[in-house]
Amino acid sequence: MSFREHLTSEARHRQALAVGLVVPDNSRCVQCGICSFNCPIGIDVRQHAWLGKPVEDSHCLTCGTCIQKCPRGVLRFERGSLHLGATEVGR
Amino acid sequence: MTRHVIVGTGVAGVSAGLAIRSVDPGAEIVLIGHEPEKYYSRPGLAYLLSSEIPERMLFPMQARDFKARGLTVLDGIVERIDPTACSLHLRGGQEIAYDRLLVATGAAAVLPDLPGMDLKGVVKLDDFSDARRILRLARRGRRAVVVGGGITALEIVEGLARRGLRVHYLLRKERYWANVLDEAESRIVEGRLRHEGVTLHYHSDVEALLGKRGRVTGLRLAGGEQLACSLVAFAVGIRPRLELARAAGLNLDRGILVNEYLETGVARIYAAGDAAQVYDPLSGRHILDSLWNPAREQGRVAGLNMAGQRTAYIKKAAFNVTRLAGLTTTIIGAVGGGQDADLVGIARGDSEAWRDLPHAIACQTHTEVNRVRVMVGRRTLIGAVVMGDQTLSQPLQELITEQVDISPMRAALIQPGGAVVDRLLDFWSEWRQTHGPQ
Ligand SMILES: Cc1cc2nc3c(=O)[nH]c(=O)nc-3n(C[C@H](O)[C@H](O)[C@H](O)COP(=O)(O)OP(=O)(O)OC[C@H]3O[C@@H](n4cnc5c(N)ncnc54)[C@H](O)[C@@H]3O)c2cc1C
Repeated sequence: MSFREHLTSEARHRQALAVGLVVPDNSRCVQCGICSFNCPIGIDVRQHAWLGKPVEDSHCLTCGTCIQKCPRGVLRFERGSLHLGATEVGR
Repeated sequence: MTRHVIVGTGVAGVSAGLAIRSVDPGAEIVLIGHEPEKYYSRPGLAYLLSSEIPERMLFPMQARDFKARGLTVLDGIVERIDPTACSLHLRGGQEIAYDRLLVATGAAAVLPDLPGMDLKGVVKLDDFSDARRILRLARRGRRAVVVGGGITALEIVEGLARRGLRVHYLLRKERYWANVLDEAESRIVEGRLRHEGVTLHYHSDVEALLGKRGRVTGLRLAGGEQLACSLVAFAVGIRPRLELARAAGLNLDRGILVNEYLETGVARIYAAGDAAQVYDPLSGRHILDSLWNPAREQGRVAGLNMAGQRTAYIKKAAFNVTRLAGLTTTIIGAVGGGQDADLVGIARGDSEAWRDLPHAIACQTHTEVNRVRVMVGRRTLIGAVVMGDQTLSQPLQELITEQVDISPMRAALIQPGGAVVDRLLDFWSEWRQTHGPQ
């Protein structure tokens, strides 16, 4: 990773930590598993996408890799608080 | 104890099994499939070709997950349904009785009837074994020809190009996917393919496959021109697998006709997924899709009905997000019409609904690679194609599937030179504040 990429990924990371959770839109998902494959800490993101549930895993780094790698725009950050476990997603 | 039997271990079958279990903890649920890999992400095969994912990751559920949910998975080919005796006959002689039966047999690639189709190196992309075969051939080969249209043809083209093969892509007429994309969209895709080193041939009809010692070595086009290659892939469309249903006397059209409860009309037998032709309230007709999520949802609803929970399947606007020549593309609702010479009917990741465009006005905005085309009906948006930048993908998905009344912005939207993206985003944000997910 170049220095510049490192800085932007750091910035994205901090922003994500501040703002929220990875949330799936399961109507877009075809269960290909690219998200789970690329999760640096091995969270089965695909299973969350199948269930349509936010990744409310306290280990989630909110690094955004799954969001970036998903070829179908299934995943996005939604505002919420990791610590309170609350999210603004009602679906 | 009620015994539910499901033919097909694709997403429709599995989703039905899970739905039955969710409302009936005691039911016996048996899934029968003849693919050795059983349940996997079929659309994910494209990412196997492009090396984005290894084989082992394509399985959303493991054998232990089926076991934990009390779903019995049997390996076998169902050869016959006997609706009078309520039983199935498997190849090899085994007979299985059912109380409720789901036919979720999916669809299979259509292959053209050409001399030389039986040569080694002539392939399609339906399942895991096809994907493995393509990968094996790609390792050995240097030149490939791809014939067909829609998403699958491009997925094969791109997968092979990425693996360093020289790829020739044959189109029968003058542009790619003419009954779903408009001309500008086709040209964007074709341009990107060329940029990736793919050679496009227009107005090209294959006349015969040529071979030596049982292996394909090339093909001859209708004009007499020959192309040398060691791999020929066909993706000219799919057809629901109907043999079982036909022999059992189910109501057929292009697929197995079902009502909104996914009932076939023959007592105790249901159908779902790519094999089923379901009622589409938007067009008022029964239509075919080859889409993962409708298959999943139909499976779920069929399962609930089989378990006695009467639930109607309400078909939504057909929707897919995919990559066309590396460009993320969302296709929603009705966007095109007519015929496409490269496809017989529909292909994988495709819907008949996309070709069902009634009267509508197209408004579009276009930069070099990003393009948005929105089909504006009288009161609602009825379809859209979003290529490249996906900012509008989710807003348009919601506005179209929820059939939101867009009258307040309609005039501004269709005005020539109107700021389409800003108008849509503003309108959607406002709508979302009052109606969207809280
Ligand atoms: C390369 C490719 C790309 C795709 N891209 C997309 C995409 O971008 N977006 C999208 O939404 N969808 C896409 N799809 C389509 C999607 O995969 C299908 O819509 C979905 O898999 C349909 O599920 P199903 O359960 O109805 O059928 P299937 O997944 O086809 O499963 C049917 C199963 O039944 C088995 N079977 C059939 N007859 C018998 C019998 N007599 N006895 C025993 N078993 C039997 C078959 O072997 C098969 O395993 C793509 C598919 C492919 C192959």
